[in-house]
Amino acid sequence: MSAENRLTAAYLTVALVALFGGVVTGLFQALEHAGVNLYPRLAPVVQSYYHSLSLHGVLNVLVFTTFFICGFLQFMTARALGMPLASPGLGWATFWLMTAGLLLAAIPLVGNAATVLFTFYPPMKAHWAFYIGLTLVVAGTWLVTLNLALTYRAWRARNPEARTPLAAFMSLVTFVMWTIASLGIAAEMLFMLIPWSLGLIGGTDALLARALFWFTGHPIVYFWLLPAYVSWYTLLPRQAGGRLFSDPLARVSFILFLILSIPIGFHHQFTDPGIEEGWKLLHAFLTFAVFFPSLLTFFNVVASLETGARARGGRGWVAWFGKLPWGDPSVAAQVLAMLLFAFGGIGGLINASFNLNLVVHNTAWIPGHLHLTVGTAVTLSFMGITYWLVPFLRGRSLWSRRLALAQVWLWFVGMAIFSHALHRLGLMGMPRRTMIGASAYLQPSWEKVLPLVGIGGTILSVSALLYFLNLVLTLVASRQPAPAAPEFAQALSGPEHAPAILDRWRPWLALAVVLILIAYGPTLVRLAVTTPLSTPGLRVW
Amino acid sequence: MRRGTTIYLYELAWILPSIAIPVGMLVALVVTAFGAGVHLPGREGRVDPTKVSLTPPFDRPGMVEVAPGRYEARIVAETWSFTPNEIRVPAGSTVTFVVTSKDVVHGFLIHGATVNVMLLPGQVARVTGRFDRPGEYPFLCHEYCGIAHHIMWGRVIVEARR
Repeated sequence: MSAENRLTAAYLTVALVALFGGVVTGLFQALEHAGVNLYPRLAPVVQSYYHSLSLHGVLNVLVFTTFFICGFLQFMTARALGMPLASPGLGWATFWLMTAGLLLAAIPLVGNAATVLFTFYPPMKAHWAFYIGLTLVVAGTWLVTLNLALTYRAWRARNPEARTPLAAFMSLVTFVMWTIASLGIAAEMLFMLIPWSLGLIGGTDALLARALFWFTGHPIVYFWLLPAYVSWYTLLPRQAGGRLFSDPLARVSFILFLILSIPIGFHHQFTDPGIEEGWKLLHAFLTFAVFFPSLLTFFNVVASLETGARARGGRGWVAWFGKLPWGDPSVAAQVLAMLLFAFGGIGGLINASFNLNLVVHNTAWIPGHLHLTVGTAVTLSFMGITYWLVPFLRGRSLWSRRLALAQVWLWFVGMAIFSHALHRLGLMGMPRRTMIGASAYLQPSWEKVLPLVGIGGTILSVSALLYFLNLVLTLVASRQPAPAAPEFAQALSGPEHAPAILDRWRPWLALAVVLILIAYGPTLVRLAVTTPLSTPGLRVW
Repeated sequence: MRRGTTIYLYELAWILPSIAIPVGMLVALVVTAFGAGVHLPGREGRVDPTKVSLTPPFDRPGMVEVAPGRYEARIVAETWSFTPNEIRVPAGSTVTFVVTSKDVVHGFLIHGATVNVMLLPGQVARVTGRFDRPGEYPFLCHEYCGIAHHIMWGRVIVEARR
């Protein structure tokens, strides 16, 4: 196995172990909502509903995603450029730094000393090791950006005139966007939470911390999604037997994600006192602007799938959809992920809407939405990717294609039920991230829908179990050699049709920075200058 | 070259609706938000979270009638209760809730009313709701605030006018 492949395998291992932990804790929560409270029996290990919820959130959306993305995009970049990573040594040092950070954060998290959920809003105070560990993981992602940038520079020196291969371009955009975005959480950690948890400063401030958190907290969603888009744009069209519809449009959409992902974080804080309505409205406008590259992606990817289905004999306006290679679990997973993601996108617009947000803010609608986006568009796509990537890395074929297909459809059905129920409960005013079965204000109207949360969650857990079973058996029991990894898709409209400016970095980065300064500058400066860091911390669990 | 141009037209056919759809939705949003007079919480001032019980108006939590049919409810949130946790108003009242937190981040959501706001220690939240129909409107904390977060709630009781 080459150095990149070993590195990718290492990242995937950590990612999938985290996903397993996140899935198990998720099942307990879904059952709790349906009236089956297992926590008294789990007591020594999982000490409360909220301990479980903290584990579920951190393991799934912070650890699984980040480690998977670092492994997958380094693999894709090296493959697309046709050259090894600039520094394998740096690559491994980064992996171990991130893993050490993860283990450091895991000690208080597992030990119920960081039951602060994945949003860790102060003045709720976790153990210092939690904050320092997570910060090391973030610092590791910056080193991944550095390694990718060095690799790109080495490639550029050898190919001064060529257009950057699409998958490498997209991977680099993803990490550059993330690196800028993560400055918010880095500032929150370094200047507030870490010194505060170590006792070096006496207090903190909730609003400033939330503003910094959401500076990172919205674009982190794109950090999760864009790697799935990399697969949808550069591999999936070919896996489906077709071509990428438009390479230039794909580049345009990624550049727009680079520019627009960050200056929109206030739409998570529409209901926060202390931020002027005008700035919130600007962030709402810019959130609608980011819907433009999302729609471009949707049209481009679906049109690419259509070329595949038509080449396979598909006809009609809609009927071609049935001619996609549904027997390939990697394709089925990613196409089903897109189907549910359409509803995630619509729900996202509702969340971003200045006024409609008042109906759904902090209700069960939000986890309903999040499970369609990161829980399906991202997770089910990543599962689809592992259906070729794990066999490729192991050198053995997938243990069972049928089991994989069953798993993919179960996830789709389970998530449709689970997410639909949470959306409805949210519209009925049920709060998110709450031990509803034990709540003092349980409403009869909720009780009719809550069993669906348990049913959906159970189906999802069965699906996840089949997934891990299939992967483990691929590693230990499969005997057939692995099929070739999917090749990059050819484009109908190729990179040669794209204007050269799409392959430049400085104008787009400058535009991104200017927009961030306009949208965030005045509020962040005001808060940083005028806010006393005086709110004392509390352990409330 | 001809082929490239053809594809370009198809691309344009996707680009234009991708712009038109968000713009149309944004216009609809702005019209409905401002047409209906919906406002989001803004800057209402700070309060030292360690001195909430000494700072007006939170030194005397409760209801005040500020004008006929218009009330102000001053509420203090702390782990894991609201003070006061029961508010009575006659039907047809407009109530402005002035709320803050003494300790960690809490939330404030009233069922059946258009009130949904975060309560941050250090910040004063001010939101207004109208209560026309008699009945019970539960309000609850919707932000995780610790091990007993799910028991943190209260009620607005709207009484029929006699």
